[in-house]
Order: sequence, then structure tokens, then C-alpha cells
Amino acid sequence: MDIKPLPEKLLLHGGTILDPKAQRSFTGDVLIIDGKIAEIGSVGSNTDSTKIDCSGLIITAGFCDLHVHFREPGREDKETLASGSRAALAGGFTRVCVMPNTSPPIDTPEMVGNIIDKAADLPVHIHPIGAVTQQQKGFELTEMGGLLETGAVAFSDDGLPISNGSVMRMALEYAGMFDVPVINHAEDLTLRNDGLMNEGRVSTQLGLPGNPALSEITMVHRDLELAVLTGSKLHVPHVSTAGAADLIRRLKAKSQNITAEVTPHHLFFNDEALKSFDTNLKVAPPLRSETDRQGLIQAVLDGVFDCIATDHAPHTIEEKEGTFDLAPFGMIGLESCFGAVNRVLVREAGLSLEKLVQLLTVQPRRIMGFDDDLLQVGKKAELTIFDPDLKYTFQVSDIHSKSANSPYVGHQLIGKARITINKGIIAKNH
Amino acid sequence: MLQNRHLLGLENYPREDIQTILDTAFSFREVLDRPVKKVPALQGKTVVNLFFENSTRTRISFELAQKRLSADTVNFAASSSSLKKGESFKDTAQNIEAMKIDAVVMRHPTPGAPWHLTKFVDAIIINAGDGTHEHPTQAILDMMSLQEKFGRIEGLKIGIIGDIRHGRVALSNIYGLITMGAEVTLCGPANLIPPFITDLGVTVNHNIDEVLEWADAINILRIQRERMGIGLIPSIREYRRLFGITTERLAQHKKEIVIMHPGPMNRGVEIDSSVADSDQAIILDQVLNGVASRMSILYLLLGGKIEQPK
Ligand SMILES: [Zn+2]
Repeated sequence: MDIKPLPEKLLLHGGTILDPKAQRSFTGDVLIIDGKIAEIGSVGSNTDSTKIDCSGLIITAGFCDLHVHFREPGREDKETLASGSRAALAGGFTRVCVMPNTSPPIDTPEMVGNIIDKAADLPVHIHPIGAVTQQQKGFELTEMGGLLETGAVAFSDDGLPISNGSVMRMALEYAGMFDVPVINHAEDLTLRNDGLMNEGRVSTQLGLPGNPALSEITMVHRDLELAVLTGSKLHVPHVSTAGAADLIRRLKAKSQNITAEVTPHHLFFNDEALKSFDTNLKVAPPLRSETDRQGLIQAVLDGVFDCIATDHAPHTIEEKEGTFDLAPFGMIGLESCFGAVNRVLVREAGLSLEKLVQLLTVQPRRIMGFDDDLLQVGKKAELTIFDPDLKYTFQVSDIHSKSANSPYVGHQLIGKARITINKGIIAKNH
Repeated sequence: MLQNRHLLGLENYPREDIQTILDTAFSFREVLDRPVKKVPALQGKTVVNLFFENSTRTRISFELAQKRLSADTVNFAASSSSLKKGESFKDTAQNIEAMKIDAVVMRHPTPGAPWHLTKFVDAIIINAGDGTHEHPTQAILDMMSLQEKFGRIEGLKIGIIGDIRHGRVALSNIYGLITMGAEVTLCGPANLIPPFITDLGVTVNHNIDEVLEWADAINILRIQRERMGIGLIPSIREYRRLFGITTERLAQHKKEIVIMHPGPMNRGVEIDSSVADSDQAIILDQVLNGVASRMSILYLLLGGKIEQPK
């Protein structure tokens, strides 16, 4: 991938412009002058601009991922804000929210400010999510007002659940004052016990301790009812079970303030894949049964999920080379995201490409209150240009993250971001 | 001769290969009855017994099998706690590989560890137990003992009694016995039977007396004392009342069933001493068959002509 400054005048010529806000698509050109959209429509090729032929490609708003782990500060050996940004651009993402489970966690206004400063000159918009509780210990609330003032956009103790129900209730009540979402990694640790993978026929066949679907379902249920009770914004991350998806479907009817995300990996893989004992497939929550996977896909088709989020979680090769019990939970996902969800949702399940693009662009932005109307003259160019038809085998060379813990390597994906334009730069994938 | 280069587990292992291993094991069993119990079959071959957790019985059985076949044997005891301290599994594996060995017999506490090992070494790998997953050579020796006793495995009714969830013996036995056409019923406390186990084609019955009435043979698993006091087994007294194979319980059944135990036994817990020492028990035959079975497996994997995939 090359990343270069945008030319003064750039013409994206002859692509399909897919405007996810206006929900329309048409063939046309986009002219970018000094980093801003100058014209959309039929610009023609007679200008003095640098021209990129976009025939066969889709030009749309930059993808936005509400759930990534960039590990800075503390585990810069796994990922940094800079290396994570390259991975994001390679996947077509222009805007990401970084989880606060760094070392130390992002739980003070000063630490939020630090992330904002470090990310200022990076080519991706990086929004910190602040911790819900001090040191992510699950008890004392952080200075949420101060965290928001310095740039946090939501709150989460992700990586760990907020186990104590009253703390979760107070977090929702308190964050509700500011009208920002609380995101809880929902796994009841007492039911999860020592589980390393989904509890089911496969865990029994492999002799691995199982993590039952119920560990997610019970805590998601608690959180949803608390959201109804408090009226505050709740965002449910990385839903892995059909049971939790059904509860979200039901409880959304009682509150406008419930949103939910699903990851590409819970849509792409099921627990049968663990038969390889590939530690890159060890994630939390775990890859579930095929019935769950189908339930999640159906929930996407039914509009239960508001967005796709990768839960990009880098870990070193050394850690992932250990035996299954010792390897940490998590996989990277930015680079493989579009090719995976386009294959599963659009090609296999019949979702429209327009709907998929909404799940990657305007819908996540609305959850966080970001500007969702990007394809407008005068706006700073924040665009993704992708090839929806490219079939390829995902390879290590597609990875730009500092870590390579991707189980997609060797799998066929369909669709790939070709060009990402953001913050005055243009990134091109080879 | 065998379709798989390694012996990692018995899940989806071909029936004809299990039969070949058993038939070859019986011919080695004859060798063990000779005055000179050694054949030059694996002369010049080197086998490492790589044990990440203690299992004296399994290691000695393998070692003896290797010596009877004239292989060179090295024992490597690595504690899994040193691995946790940072010495990587990969390093240990590659160190062993660098010594130019032909096969690794590995015991490891983590399910999947032998599959993991195949990524780092080219040698032939034999799984000597991977945590709560498989222990294929134990299942082979159990099947050999059944075949010796009954002349067949097909159609036999086998009960597996005890802690199915935490043992490594049950799964391989289930895979092997089902493949060979036996019927399997599991019996033990409900919380020690893994969920979805009936998907593997077995029956679960928590009533030990019904299982004893039904079975041709039972394989009694060891109840580990570590399971007490953490909510898994209320007490030994309670366990014996519901699942213990006691003299009194067996006396209530007219049919004389065959008693098996993979060892080490907790006499007075899951099995009474008098039952273990009775004529019904074939526990010591299992030990001898263990050596013959492992000779057969080593011979077939190391000595037979196998197409080696590159
Ligand atoms: Zn999480």
C-alpha cells in the first residue's frame, strides 16, 4: 500500500457513486480540490487534474469502525496508533474508535488528550473511547464529563465485562446525562468459567472447555433491560449468539437508544473451524455454532444490527504460537473486513450492497454522532473506493497491522478497498 | 500401510487402520511371551518421549515398547510451568527436531498440543494424551483387550463409568469403539458428562445398575481427588453410593461383566479392591496389551512403508 499526499486536484473518474446517506447510486465523477469535494456528478475529463479511472469501482463514504484495539500506550509491540491507521486505510476505514483497554487504560481526561494529540497527524480519524470505571476495575466510575470534554466519544471497559449490575446501571445513568453510549463486553464470567471456545458439540469433540452461549445471553439481557429502565444509550458490541440477537430485536422495540454491532468473524467462521486448533481463531466472545452464525446473518438481514465492527485485536506471533490455553483472545480484522462481510452477507446471504455500505459508513457514524453526510460539495474528502467483485485469497501481504494474527489467511474473500482518501492523503492498495 | 502419518487422535480414524493396528499388536503380543522379548524392527530409529506432564505408566509403556523394537529412546520431561514462564513450546519442539529424531511421543496438558507440534517439527507424532482431549493409544490397548477377551469388538456393549469430562481416556475410546461397531453408554455424575456428547453416537444413563445389567464390559475411569470440594463431586461417600463399582453392587447382577480400568486406580473410591483383583477384571492384561499396542503403532508408523506427503 502506498500512502501519498493528495494531489491538488484529483478527479475520480467514471465510478459508481454510492451515497449511503441519500441512499442512491449513480455513475459519475468526484472532483477533489485541496482535499475537499469540489464537484460530484459528470465532471468530464477535460480538467487539469490528476485522474484516476474508477470504472468498475464504487466510490462511497469512508468506512467507520467503532471497535478497534490499537494497544497504545503499553503494547506498542502489538500495534500503535500509526500502524493501526495503516491497517485501517488498507481496509477502507477512514475513522475508528479505539478501545481503552490499553496499559494503563484510558481512564482520565489527560490520557484521552494524549491519544487525541498523538492521532492528530495520522491519516485516520481516531476517536478514543474512555473507560467506564477507573482502571477498568468495574467499580468506581471515571470522570466521564472530563473524558468527553477532552475528546472521548463513548465509554467501555471492553476486554472485561462490567460484572456488577449496579455499576452498569450507574454507568448508564451517568453517561445518559451526556447522551453518549455505554458499550459493555457482555460475558458472564461465572458462566464462562474457564471456557476457551464455544460450548457445543465441537468443544466436546476437541476436549476444550466450553463457554456457553448463555454467558453472553444473560448479560446482554441484563444490559438491555437496564437500557430500557434508564433510557440511556447502550451499544452492544460483538454479538456472537442468535439468542442475544433475538433479545436485541425484542428490546429495541422498547427503547430507541439501543444499538448493536456484529463482527465479520462471527459472521464468517463457526466453531467447526477450531478443529484446526488455530490460535488465531481464539476470540472473546468465541466463534459460535453454525446455528448462531446463521441467526446473526438473519439478524443483519432483518436490520437488528446497526453496524459492523471489526474488534481488531492485534497480538504478537510469539503469543499466538503458544498452545491453545495460553494464547490470548483476539484477532485482527480491519484489512479483511470488507472482503469477508461482502462475501457472507452480499454474495451468500443476498443483502444489498447498499445496505452493507450503510452498515460500514453512515450507521456507525450515527451511533457516535459523527457527521454522516460525507458526499457533499465542500466537505473534506473522506472516501473509500472499493472493488465489489474482486475475488482473492487473503494473504499475509494484505496485512498492514503490526501483528499478523488473522485466521483469514488462505481464505477466499470477495471485494477489497482499492483507494482510501482521508485527511489530505490517498492510500492505494496493490 | 496406515493412511495417516501421525497418530494424533481416533476421531475419524479409518476402521481398517484400527484393525491393522490391532492385528499387528496381537503378533507383537506373541513376541512379549517369548524368552527373548526383542525384535530389531526399529533398529537405528530414534524416538523422543516428550512429556509435559507426569505420567509414569504411559511413559514406561512407550519406553518398553521402543526398547522391545530396538529403537533408541530419549526421555524429555518438560514441565508445563516452565512454558508458562516464557520458554516457548516452539523452542522446545524445534530443539528436539534439531536432534534429528524420527518420532515424538508427546503428553501435554492442553488439548490440541500435538496438532500444534506438527506445525513446528517434521517428525512423526504420536499423541500420548493431550489434556481432556484424546489418548488414542490407551483406546487402542482397551480395544485390543476387548478383542482378546471377546474375540470381537463389533456389537459389544461397553459402559464407560465416571468423570467423562475431565478424563482423556473417554473421548478416544468413544471414537474408536463407535468406529469399530460397539455400542457405548456413559455413566457418571451429570455435571461430569460433557454437553452434546450424545452427538457422538453414545448413550448417557446415570443409573449405574441399569448400565451394569446392559453392558458386556465396563471401563471405569479414575475419580481424581482434586475434583472434590469444588462443587463437582459432593463427597466420595456420595460418589460410591451412586457410581462406585463395589463388590455388593456387582453381586446383585447375575451377568458376569468384564471390568476394565486404565489406571492408576483409586481402590475404595471408584472401584473396590476385591473387584479390581477379581477374575472379572482384565486390568493387568490391559497393561501388557499397552506395550504390544504401542509396539504395533510405533512399528506401523516408523517401520512400515508410508507415503510421506511433502
Ligand atoms: Zn470485547
